[in-house]
Amino acid sequence: MNETFELADLVPVLPEVVLAVGAMALLMLGAFRGERSVPAVNWLAILLLVAAGLIVAWLPDARPEAYGGSFVVDPFARFLKLLALTGSAATILMSFDYLAVEKQQKFEYPILILLSSTGMLMLISAADLIALYLGLELMSLALYVVAAINRDSIRSTEAGLKYFVLGALSSGMLLYGASLVYGFTGTVSFAGIAKAASQGGIGLVFGLVFLFAGFCFKVSAVPFHMWTPDVYEGAPTPITAFFAAAPKVAGIAMFVRTTITAFPEIAPQWQQIVVFVAIASMVLGAFAAIGQRNIKRLMAYSSIGHMGFALVGLAAGTAEGVQGVLVYMTIYVAMTLGTFACILSMRRDGRFVEEIGDLSGLARTNPTMAFFLAMLLFSLAGIPPLAGFFAKFYVFLAAIKAGMFTLAVIGVLASVVGAYYYLAIVKIMYFDEPKKGFEPMPYELRTVLGVTGLFNLLFFVYPGPLVEAATAAARSLF
Amino acid sequence: MMSWPILSVTTFLPLAGALFIMAMHREEEAEQRNARWVALWTTLITFAVSLLLVWRFDPGTAEFQFVEKRPWLAGAINYHMGVDGISLPFVILTTGLMPLCIIASWGAIQRRVKEYMIAFLVLETLMVGTFTSLDLVLFYLFFEGGLIPMFLIIGVWGGPRRVYASFKFFLYTLLGSVLMLLAIMAIYWEAGTTDIPTLLKHNFPHSLQTWAWLAFFASFAVKLPMWPVHTWLPDAHVEAPTAGSVILAAILLKMGGYGFLRFSLPMFPLASQEFAPLVFALSVIAIVYTSLVALVQEDMKKLIAYSSVAHMGFVTMGIFAATTQGVAGGIFQMISHGIVSGALFLSVGVVYDRMHTREIAAYGGLVNRMPLYAAAFMVFTLANVALPGTSGFIGEFLTLIGTFRVHILVATLATIGTILSAAYALWLYRKVVFGALRKPSLAAIKDLDYREVITLGPLAALTIAFGFFPKPVLDLSAVAVNQLLENYHQALGAARTAAMLAH
Repeated sequence: MNETFELADLVPVLPEVVLAVGAMALLMLGAFRGERSVPAVNWLAILLLVAAGLIVAWLPDARPEAYGGSFVVDPFARFLKLLALTGSAATILMSFDYLAVEKQQKFEYPILILLSSTGMLMLISAADLIALYLGLELMSLALYVVAAINRDSIRSTEAGLKYFVLGALSSGMLLYGASLVYGFTGTVSFAGIAKAASQGGIGLVFGLVFLFAGFCFKVSAVPFHMWTPDVYEGAPTPITAFFAAAPKVAGIAMFVRTTITAFPEIAPQWQQIVVFVAIASMVLGAFAAIGQRNIKRLMAYSSIGHMGFALVGLAAGTAEGVQGVLVYMTIYVAMTLGTFACILSMRRDGRFVEEIGDLSGLARTNPTMAFFLAMLLFSLAGIPPLAGFFAKFYVFLAAIKAGMFTLAVIGVLASVVGAYYYLAIVKIMYFDEPKKGFEPMPYELRTVLGVTGLFNLLFFVYPGPLVEAATAAARSLF
Repeated sequence: MMSWPILSVTTFLPLAGALFIMAMHREEEAEQRNARWVALWTTLITFAVSLLLVWRFDPGTAEFQFVEKRPWLAGAINYHMGVDGISLPFVILTTGLMPLCIIASWGAIQRRVKEYMIAFLVLETLMVGTFTSLDLVLFYLFFEGGLIPMFLIIGVWGGPRRVYASFKFFLYTLLGSVLMLLAIMAIYWEAGTTDIPTLLKHNFPHSLQTWAWLAFFASFAVKLPMWPVHTWLPDAHVEAPTAGSVILAAILLKMGGYGFLRFSLPMFPLASQEFAPLVFALSVIAIVYTSLVALVQEDMKKLIAYSSVAHMGFVTMGIFAATTQGVAGGIFQMISHGIVSGALFLSVGVVYDRMHTREIAAYGGLVNRMPLYAAAFMVFTLANVALPGTSGFIGEFLTLIGTFRVHILVATLATIGTILSAAYALWLYRKVVFGALRKPSLAAIKDLDYREVITLGPLAALTIAFGFFPKPVLDLSAVAVNQLLENYHQALGAARTAAMLAH
């Protein structure tokens, strides 16, 4: 093997390089200029994410691979990278006001998000187990730190510690699974595993199960969901918003790419696991959220449920299913960002509140915010004609085509149960007597809420482009 | 051909009105007044446009008319609109009742008027869209979307138990509908399209018919509502504001019947025939049992709500009898019930606005001070009893004849329901209107004002007019009904021949 390395080989990883180098530069800026540099670092970080996004969109199609095939840039990767970058950029934007009010402005925060995003991009493109682990750890290490970034708060440090310990455990399991898979197939590349898996035995399935344990942890699917409510509740709210959006995209990307490209030969084996995980997540997400009073905890259970719905598409194991997952994740990110923009505006007398009851009578004190939030909640519940309906529509469409009627029926029934707690929030906002109003929404939150809210409301008018892009992206895996 | 998309205009005009109201920003008083007027004019113009539909409609063909088709969701799911003789009457019913609802809410709603009008206009768009869409996914979008504004209408402007009622309404209906959604998906993969005109000609395999029929039934039976899944209706009716009850009884319930006519019967003929006994049984139970329940009610709205369930029993019975009279009677009964039950809820609203109670026992002897009201209420009560000369008679009579030709026992039992309906309706009328005016609280009660005359007058006129001259409605749908039944019996015949050949 005598491969010459050329600079042009690095073109596919240009977005990652830009982000990593940019993050280092911003770190220098922060280290030398101190806390004064926070606004500049924030905006530059957003700029970097946007630049990375533009590069992802405009990368030439000619060179889809780097590092001898362990890193691929196919339409699937582009689609999810754009989504993850959007999620990261929006969360930095949404955090300005919160961190200023809480006096938590730290220049490390946007830099950690940049590094985590770099990891996500690596993860989304990873086409062998080593690249996958590399990306995953880069993403996660930054996440552990941001979860505990408010180091004087017991809740935040507890959240960070819990996330770290459990995350390390799950990484260990994933690594163990990866080594089993390597041991039984003799290769780490997904394409190689797929070839070798045709005569794979029980050992391979064992490895697969351990891999899945790691994946489920990262996307917070049942039975590896326990960390989610505590971390969501404990972490500062903008960071919760971040957890709920971009890393989920990367996690699902890794889940989907690995299962579809590395294990197509043993589909029946992994399908039953995914079906179980999907059903358990949907049902738990629906029932456990009912009793919640803290809106961040509620969003944690809601996100567990949504991951279950997204996995319904993967369970189908077809191009339609993957398309469904992609549409689902796009709409999920939009809905989540919008909802968290509202949660971040729940500020009364200079303090942030998190109880659902604090939204009481919002329809009268702030009708615009109440309207957008109500529509987002209906959308999360999957009521047409809002975007959330189309998300569920495509994953169940795939499940029905694959003949998974039980899964589909349980899924839609869980969505009815889930509708109850979303309705309960709408009820509090619209039917109950108003409390003292919140302070006016900062403009950057208004922007995020406006964009995601309108996307959610008007998606049905022109759904074609997103659906077509998702179709093209899904096809590139098969 | 058409130069402008008349159906889309009819459907989305109210939405435009809602956006206009949303965009207005004035001080409280002026804003409320403007919201009311904009809503009224929007609904009136929509009604006028929908009358154009009737004018240009060709009742001589069973084809869909005013068809619009545009690519929408990627793949085989299109934005496809059109009406035929079955859906057009419901469109007119919707657009015609809306201005009356707005007028009825004029004085009754004083709180959050702007939001109220927006909710109603959005609801109108969704209801009209349900009847005009020719694509299953589009239909589902409109059908389910209506839950959101109705949930808010009951929950925000409703009575004391409004939260319970709105949740029950929402979750019950949603539960039924999600199963239909799965059936729609199964249909999509079987036929490769969700285009309704194409699906009407498609032969579905028997097993799929059975499952899809059941799934659609789950949705429409809840919506209609049929016994035993009717329990959300009395709660929703009692708690909803007057105009909300009117819309609920007059239009939302009809979506279930429309669904049976548009989907269950023509797309799944084999399953429809197999399950017809089930539908007959549930219909008869609904007619007899809910009539009995209505007899013991103490709340006026609840009584009318139960009577609605009973009357919708006639509709399902007629539709699944699958005879010309039965189906035509079912459609007519739905239109008639839309007018009559809407008017009855408006009548209850009239006294509720004055006395703020719906207890039957709180009234009595209203005829002494409210002669106009007594007269109008009498017309609607008698139509509810199905007295000959009112529109209620035509509908029940046709469905009974239609069923009699198929199943004598069912028709006979249903006739008992007619007698019971006379009992509870006349009892209600006697308690509220007749007798001496003894209660001191009623001493100063005023007769109908001009706004109430405007709302109740046209409905009373229509009730009597259709009672003597039902031809316009029947003619409008006759060709489409014949076509539907012809296809239905053809499909059954083909299946029978196939079964004989197999033996």
